[in-house]
Parts: sequence; structure tokens; C-alpha cells
Amino acid sequence: MPSDPGGAVPAPSAPRRVGAVVSRLGTWLRPVLPRLVLGGLGALGASLLALAVPQVLRWVVNGPLIGGGNLSAVVAAAGLVALLGVLEAFLVWTRRALIASPGTTAEREMRTALFDHLLDLPIAFHDRWAGGQLLSRSMSDLSMLRRWMVFGLVMLVVSATTVVVGVVLMLSTSWPLGLVYLTGAVPVIWLGFRFREDYKVIARRARDQAGDLATTVEESVHGIRVLKAFGRGEDALEEFAQQADELRGTEIVKARTLSRVTFALGTVPEVVLALTLGLGVWLAARGAADLGDLVAFFATAAVVNAPVERLGQLLAMTMDARAAADRFFEVMDTEPALTDPAHPLPVPPAPPGGSRVELSGVHLRFGAQQPGARDVLDGLDLVVEPGETLALVGLTGSGKSSLLGLVPRLMDVTAGSVRIDGVDVRDLRRADVRAMVAIAFEDPVLFSAPVAENVLLGVRGLGEDEALVRAEQALAVASADFVADLPQGIATVIGEEGLSLSGGQRQRVALARAIAARPRVLVLDDPLSALDVSTEAVVTQRLRSMLAGTTTLVVAHRPSTVALADRVAVLEDGRITGVGRHSELLATHPHYRYVLTALAAEHAEPAR
Amino acid sequence: MSAQTRAPRDAEELASGHLTATREDARTARRRSLALLGSLLRPVQARAWATVALVVLAQAAQVAGPALVAVGLDRGLPALRAGDAGPISLVTLAYLATALLGGLLTAAVVRVSAQVSQAVLLDLRRRVFRHTQLLSLEFHERYTSGRIISRQTSDLDAFRELLDGGVTTLATSVLTMVLTAISLAVLDWRSGLVLLVAVVPGIVLTRHFQVRSQEQYRRSRTASARLIVRFVETMTGIRAVQAFRRERREAGRYGALAEDYRATSNAAIRLHGRFDTGLTLIGNLTVATVLLVGGLRAMNGDLTVGTLAAAVLYARRFFTPLAQIGMFYNAFQAAVAALEKLSALLAEEPSVAAPVHPVPLPAARGDVRFEGVEFGYGDGPTVLPHLDLHLPAGHTVALVGETGAGKSTIAKLLARFYDVRDGRVLLDGVDLRDLDPRDLRRAVVMVTQEAYLFSGSVAANIALGRPGATRAEIEDAARAVGVHDVVMSLPQGYDSPVDKRGVRLSAGQRQLVSFARAFLADPALLVLDEATSSLDVPGERLVQEGLSTLLTGRSAVVIAHRLSTVMGADRVLVVHDGRVLEDGSPGALVEAGGRFAELHAEWRASLR
Repeated sequence: MPSDPGGAVPAPSAPRRVGAVVSRLGTWLRPVLPRLVLGGLGALGASLLALAVPQVLRWVVNGPLIGGGNLSAVVAAAGLVALLGVLEAFLVWTRRALIASPGTTAEREMRTALFDHLLDLPIAFHDRWAGGQLLSRSMSDLSMLRRWMVFGLVMLVVSATTVVVGVVLMLSTSWPLGLVYLTGAVPVIWLGFRFREDYKVIARRARDQAGDLATTVEESVHGIRVLKAFGRGEDALEEFAQQADELRGTEIVKARTLSRVTFALGTVPEVVLALTLGLGVWLAARGAADLGDLVAFFATAAVVNAPVERLGQLLAMTMDARAAADRFFEVMDTEPALTDPAHPLPVPPAPPGGSRVELSGVHLRFGAQQPGARDVLDGLDLVVEPGETLALVGLTGSGKSSLLGLVPRLMDVTAGSVRIDGVDVRDLRRADVRAMVAIAFEDPVLFSAPVAENVLLGVRGLGEDEALVRAEQALAVASADFVADLPQGIATVIGEEGLSLSGGQRQRVALARAIAARPRVLVLDDPLSALDVSTEAVVTQRLRSMLAGTTTLVVAHRPSTVALADRVAVLEDGRITGVGRHSELLATHPHYRYVLTALAAEHAEPAR
Repeated sequence: MSAQTRAPRDAEELASGHLTATREDARTARRRSLALLGSLLRPVQARAWATVALVVLAQAAQVAGPALVAVGLDRGLPALRAGDAGPISLVTLAYLATALLGGLLTAAVVRVSAQVSQAVLLDLRRRVFRHTQLLSLEFHERYTSGRIISRQTSDLDAFRELLDGGVTTLATSVLTMVLTAISLAVLDWRSGLVLLVAVVPGIVLTRHFQVRSQEQYRRSRTASARLIVRFVETMTGIRAVQAFRRERREAGRYGALAEDYRATSNAAIRLHGRFDTGLTLIGNLTVATVLLVGGLRAMNGDLTVGTLAAAVLYARRFFTPLAQIGMFYNAFQAAVAALEKLSALLAEEPSVAAPVHPVPLPAARGDVRFEGVEFGYGDGPTVLPHLDLHLPAGHTVALVGETGAGKSTIAKLLARFYDVRDGRVLLDGVDLRDLDPRDLRRAVVMVTQEAYLFSGSVAANIALGRPGATRAEIEDAARAVGVHDVVMSLPQGYDSPVDKRGVRLSAGQRQLVSFARAFLADPALLVLDEATSSLDVPGERLVQEGLSTLLTGRSAVVIAHRLSTVMGADRVLVVHDGRVLEDGSPGALVEAGGRFAELHAEWRASLR
């Protein structure tokens, strides 16, 4: 199975600073900030309490025990430790209870914001981006971010604070020992910075590779019929395994980088502590420090070393979260190239005789085209008169489908304009244009929903009964009698999670959908291609009477579809080279004859 | 009828808790999931134990710290006071050595455990991918693509969480606890006894958590799968969503599912929070008890101050990893829920099973026989009641009939996408069910209406027909179906990337590419299922010309509603309701004046 790891992803934008990421995340953090801060304070409190216990211990050792032994003092000390313990448990609970819900809420908000943004981004964006890359952003990247916000960020602050407070306590217990301990910070900080630089690159690579892997999975599932038909399951597996192995390699490099900082953060504080042990005992022997101080110092050091060691993991998690945030913002920062105008014009009133569609000087060019290549649509002029049905004929790949996409503004012209009843579609809200124009794609897209819902996709504001009547009428025009034979008739769930329909059946449901919307302008992309001859004849006849009065633009590949139309336009080299009736064009237009009749090979001489 | 009845929801979903799950189902699911975990860990056993050994050593080095501090204070200090610097120097050096060793070992643990967990992950990824490729289409149609994708992304992520830190954390934590407990028991067995008592409430709490969290994580996995299914479906159908202004509605549906997922995650996190709080409480109260008991004994002079300090330090250290163990157990529960889903997928048997004793067919001729074939999809209604048919090698046979007559079903049986209910399908006298799958795929290739392209280059997409084909062979195949010029006009020719779902190519061009695939595959029997529907007339003619060279001396079964394609066949079968109504050469059938003659007349009329 061909794959192109990374190829489907636009180059990542410049990596952001952690601070910048946090401030960007602020939008989602702000509403939950009070709880997050409270929870963080709880965690901090719990951690500081853990530091307090050695102090109590010092007091117990220096006071009641050495100083002669006093029952009530020992009980009081134990009671105090117990009290602090209960308080710590309470604070742990507070942190969990306070942070859990803001974390998941922020995650959900980000997830739905991403989804909404994806819905807003034009088709061109979706054509460019691989599905797995979007899916991995919406699931695994956002869940990474959530874990970092509620755990990583909070623990980073808590650990750092604990270390600082602990070191201050150690300094106050014994300043010479504290100073020695503090010198250990120098190599640790230096190594930490180096680690950050190395790790962030690999973290990003790993996440991108995981996204590519998700894309391969998605394609292997969506393309399963092709893979089965050619017996290519094993080859697909091989490519997938290779990709998965690359990801494994990246993860191992990641671990190697992490292991370096783990070594530093684990070793340096312990080494320093060993030195302070020698120094401390020497000081105590000279009477410059007392035993209780030493006990407290090392007890505090034991508590401080744990968060120092944890800093490596937390730093790694922060880098992972940053990569995830970068990937999330990469999509969120993509401005929709196709937007509603700042000052939309009102929808023009529907003329009684039908709407007029006018394409003038239309150019269309795709970003990926060769610099010298001709525009797909190259200064095209075309008028669909009110109420008429115009067939668009041209070779496959000539840009017919692209032209159709311009009318409901699924794409925008590169130059020129598309007007409906005199108004440029770019001056209208997208929703307004798409309410005026209904489209049936050549590749029918059905959703996991009842037939009725699929048909009524573009229908608004009808009561349940009226809507059902509308759906049935539309299905009748599309000659979709098979619906009546489905287990639950029109209420049968179709699509992926329901019954699978044949190509011809799907096409008729999609056609019914466009008809049911009762649009002012109907745009049909080779709507009968998958139908057999007799069904096609019936649909053509019904469609023909239904279309009277609806301005219709239909892509036709064969004479039988052209039969729907009043007039025909020939698309050739990005322009309209002929408009007229079928018989006229047959007689006068060589390209038209070539496109439409070459296959009557047995009945007419082959045209070259 | 190609409409298929959906099989009842599988056991996997029953076990997931959103239908009434019996305790028995849940237990089976958990057992199967743990068995999968076992089978994944078996190949890495040696390395896993090596990791554990490293963890033991690293922990020993770390636990030595407080002991050395105690020795330093209890022995080194008095010795130094007495003028002997030997003991404290020795202790300091020993501490330095363990610090260095501990750091090295901990770093090694990070590396080795990443290697182990990545190996396990790769193994599982391969297994799941391979298995989904092996499963029959019937399964794919029932399970839906979104759920397969969620298994291979989100569920794998959940499992990964466990591997990533979980196992090391567990080993580290358990060891710390065991070693600390042993050290404490050696130091002062009475204090050790206090710890032992604390274990009882700990077990009760853990059991409570296990039962609740298991259920919660199952819900969470199901909620995540639903979210992914919706995401994938919406993004796949984004054209229709935008064209019919369903953005807000889709956003609403997705938002509701995102909220479900949030709620289940939140509940799981809170559950873990309560568990964590409980563990902290138990730990802290135990430390206070150790202090009380020890303090009382020190007062009486039964215990030295140094020992008491060490005992309390050990007691604290004993409980510190408890939160980590809680986290591990939480990750474990989440991973088991994910493995339940994955193991259920892996337990699915392909309904089209590979033969136990495959019969080789190195050089197939393409002689096909249907003997008393009865077929229906899943448990659905019978589609083919009784079919006897002989298609001799070297002939092109066209199947004609209305949509839903059973033509595609016959084609799919030929390619063994499904197995017959009764009777048999023979290729060169060999039952397809006994034929070596590789030879079957080499002999029979099916091209369908759905021309799925994978992301990658055009060349790679064509090469899917025969991996390892040279560029010249690929170009020849493209030339044969007339897509060569189209490809050459793309920016990078054959190396041009085909965007997601191949949108940069028109539907007709995509069909040509899939024809080129079939050309390259060069099968003995070619099955074309509506493979020409999106072609325009010149395109179809090119394919016809190419086919006529390809099909010389080969067998072909062609399903087409374009009679232009059918008229060139050697033989036509008119199919209706799963039965063959007419059988003969196209000319003879037209003469005979039956159903085919009618279709022919309609077609002739449609050409004008």
C-alpha cells in the first residue's frame, strides 16, 4: 500500500515557546483557572506538609526524647504528625476533586472547538490534510494536553516550589550544608536546558509519526475492498509495520534522551548529599551543628530529592504537551480560506421564473498546479437562464466537477465571479448560498442515519409529517423504490452503521437529497452514472418534469443524461467552447461529438 | 439485493456495559484481555526480567541512602568525635558510589523499559492491523471503520499509558516498599509489625476501586470509540455536511458525544482521586503510629534516637510509592479495558476462513463453475436461491440486470469476498474455499465502482496491482488504459502525490487508475463490477481497447449497465432476483426478443 509519511501534512509552523503555549491555552484554561489554582494550592499544601513532618520529627528528637522523655509530649508529637497526615490526605482529595473536572472540561472545549473549526474549514483544506492527522490531534494530542494541564503543569509548579521551600528549610537548618546542596543546582539546570532542546524536536516527530500511522490505519480500513480485491493485505501490513517501526525508533531515541537527564537528576542531588553527610558529621564533631539539625537536614533532603528526580519526567511531559499544543494550534490557526463576508448582502428575492446563474471570466487554479500550467478554468463565461436545465459536457478531468463546486461556494474562484440572481456568491453568507443551491455529488456521501434523515439533510423548517412527505416525494422522483423494501422502509438506518446499499441505490438517495431541498438552483454531478438503463430512463423522465422551473446545472457523460437538459455547454480547455441544443452541437461541434458519441462505435464511425 | 441485514451487536459491545452486561461476560472479557497481555509480554520476558533486575539494583542503591545516613550519624559521628575519621570517610565514599550507581541504573531502566514497551506495542499494532486485514468484508461492514480506527488508535494509546511508565513504576514502587519494609524489620521489627497491620485496609480499598474502575473504564472506551466513529464519519463526508449546511447539527451531535466521553473520563479520574486519598490517609496514620510506638519505647530507653529517626524515615518511605502504585493500578485498569476491546477484535474469526489444506493453483486458466450455489449476506434474506453456472475459460461474460438483481453478489462470490451458504464455487475445478488464498488473489482480480486511492504517488497506487513492478511496467499499464497522458500532465508525473481519497483526480481518472492496477495485476480472471460507470465516453472506449488486448485468452466477468460494454462480450447473462433468465450471445439475445432485447432497445434510444 503506498504511503507517504508526513507528506500529507503541511510543514509544521515554527515551534512556540512554552510560555506562548501556556498563554494560548489560556483561552481554555481561563474559565477553569480558579479551580485549577485551588487544586494546585491543595497539591502544594500536601507537598509542603510532607516537608513539615521532618521538622516535627526534629522537634520530637531534640525535645521530648533527648530532653528527658515526657509522655504527653510524645503523644502530642505523634498526634500532630497524625493530624498533618489527615490534612495531607484531605489536600490530596481537594486537588483531585478540584482539578479533575476543569481538566476534562477544558479538554472537551478544545475538542469541540477543533471540530467546529474543522467544519468551518473549506473542502480544499480537507483535501490536503490526511484524516489520521486530524483524528490524532483531536484525540491523543488533546488528551495529552489535558493530562499536562491537570498533572504536568500543577506538579511542575508544586515540585519546583517544594524544592525551593525545601532548600530554604535546609539552609535555615544548616546553612553550610544547604549551600553545598545548592551548588548541585548548577549542573542540573544546565543539563535541563540541553535536554529541552533535544527532546522537543523528537517529541514533535513522534507525534507526527503517530498521526501518519493513524492515517495509514484509516486508509487501510476505508480501502479494505481494494486491498482485498488485489489480495494486498500482507503488503499493507508490511508498510504499516515499517511505519510503526519508525515510530518505535523515534520513541526509543526519546527514551534515550530522557535517560540522560534522568541520570543527571538522579545522581547529582545524591552525590551532593553524600558530600554533605561527610561535611555534616565533621561539623557536628566540631560542635558546629547538633544531631537534631543533621537528622532534620537529611530528612528534608530525602523529601526534596524526590521532586528533583521527578522534574525530568515532568519536563519531558511538558515538551510532549508542547508538541501536542503546536499540532493543535496548527489547525486552529489555519484561517478558513473561504469565509462569510464581513458585510453580507441579503439573499436576493427569488424571481418567479427561476434563478439565473452567471459565471463570468471565471478562473480557477489549484495551489499544487505547475507554475506554467493552464488554469483549470481559464476565463470561463456561462449563463444558466432562469428555470432551464443546462448540461455540462467535457472530458474527464476537464474541470466540470470543480465548476459545479463554485456554485454552492464549496470552492471560490481564483478570478472572475459567480452570480446568482445578480449577486456574487462571495457577498452572501455561505449558509445562504448553500440554502439556495443544492448539490448531488458523483460520489454519494451517506451518513449513518435513517434514509429519511439522509434525504432531508438540506430541508429546514418542516413539520415531521410534511418532511416525511417531502422525503417520499423526492425518493419517488429518484425512482428509489427499493427503499420501500428495506426492513424498516424509510426509517431504515443506512450508511456505515446501518445497511449498506449498492452504488446505484446510494446515488439515488443522494439525488433525492438534492431534490428534497427544493433549491433555487440544483447542481447535479453525473447523477445517473451508476444506474442501469431502464432505471435511468425512468429517473430521467420524472426528473425532467420535476425540474421544470428549477434552474439546473448537470454534468453529463452520456447522451442519456444530456436528455435531461434544455441546452448543453461544452467545456474544453477551461472554457466554454459551445452552447446549444444536443442535435445542433452534434452537427456543428467536433469536440462535443468526440466526447459524447465516440462509443457508439458499433453504430457510428469512430471519431478521432 | 445488496442491502444486508446487520448482525446483532457483538459480544464485545455487550461486555462494554452499554447494553446489559452479565457478570459472566465481563469476567470472560477480563480473562481474555489478561491472556492477551500475557501473550504480549511472553516474547519480551527476558528483557522484562532484566528491566526488573535493573530496577532492583537501582532501588537497592537508593534505599542504601538513609541507611548510610543513619550509619554516618550513629557510628561515624562518635568515631570522629573520638578522633577517627575512617568510618565517616568510608560512609561518604560508599554513599558517593551508590549515588553514581543508582543514577546509572535508573537511566538504564528508562532506556531498557522503553525498548521493552515499544517492542510490545509494535507487536500489538502488527497483530491488530494484520487481523483486521484478514477479517472478511462481512465483518468490516458490521464493525464500521470508525470503531476499527478507534481500536488501533485510542485503545492502543490507553494500553501504551500503562507500558510507558506503569510497569517500571510498579516494579520500582513495589521494590521500594518491599526493601524498605525489610530494612525496617531488620532495624526494628516492632515498627515493621505496625506496617503489616496497615496492609489490611489497603487491600479492602483496592478491591473496592478495582470493581468500580473496571466498569468506568469500559464505559470510557466505548464513549471514546463513539466519538471517533462520529469524527471519522463527519470528516469523510465533509462535502455533504457543508453543502447541506449540517455543520451546526453535526457539531451538536459531536458535542454531545464529547460530553459523554468527558463525563466518563471525569468519573474515572474522581474514582482514582478517592482511591489516592484513601491510600494517603492509611499511610500517614501508620507513620504517626510508628512515631508514637517508637517514641514511647525511646522514652523508656528501648530504642536509640538514631534508630527511631531511621524507623520513621523508613515508614514514610514505605508509603511514598503508594500513590505511584495507585496510579499504576489506575493505568492498569484503563489498559485492561482497552485490551478487552482489542482482544475481542482479535478473537473475531474471519467468516471467510483460510483453507486448512490449501490447494495450489499456480497457473489458473479461469474456468468458473457455480454448482447449486445458495447465498445471502449474514443472517439476511437469500439473495441467490440456487445458481448453476459454467463460465468456460477465455470468455468474456457480461451480467445484466436491474440494480439489486444479484449481479454484484455473483462477482463478490467469485472473488471470495464471501462464502456460499450452500453449493460451491469452483475455479479450474478447485473449490474456492480450498484454494490457496495467494493463488486465488493472483488468479482473480476484481475492479469495483469504488476507486479508492491511497495517499502516496500515482505510481505507487498503480503498483498496488503488482508490488515490485518496474516504472516501465507501471507506465505500460497506464498507457493501456489511456491514463498515461493524464498522469504526465500532473506536476510531478507518476511521482505526484495523490491527495487524501485521491481528490485531485476526477472520478473518471480514479477509475482509470484502478483499471491500470488491474492491468498490472494481470489475472487469469478479471471481474469488473460497474467499473466503468464514471468514465466518459472516450475514456470508456480507451478502456475497451485496452481490455480487448488484455482479455485475449483470458476470462472476464463484466457487470455494466452500459450496454456499450456489454455488446462486446462473448456471452450475456440476464439476472433477475438471483436467477439467470436469459443466456446467450448478445446478438442472439437481441434476436430472441426477451428482456435483453428490451434493454437493448432502450439503450439504443438513449444514445440519441
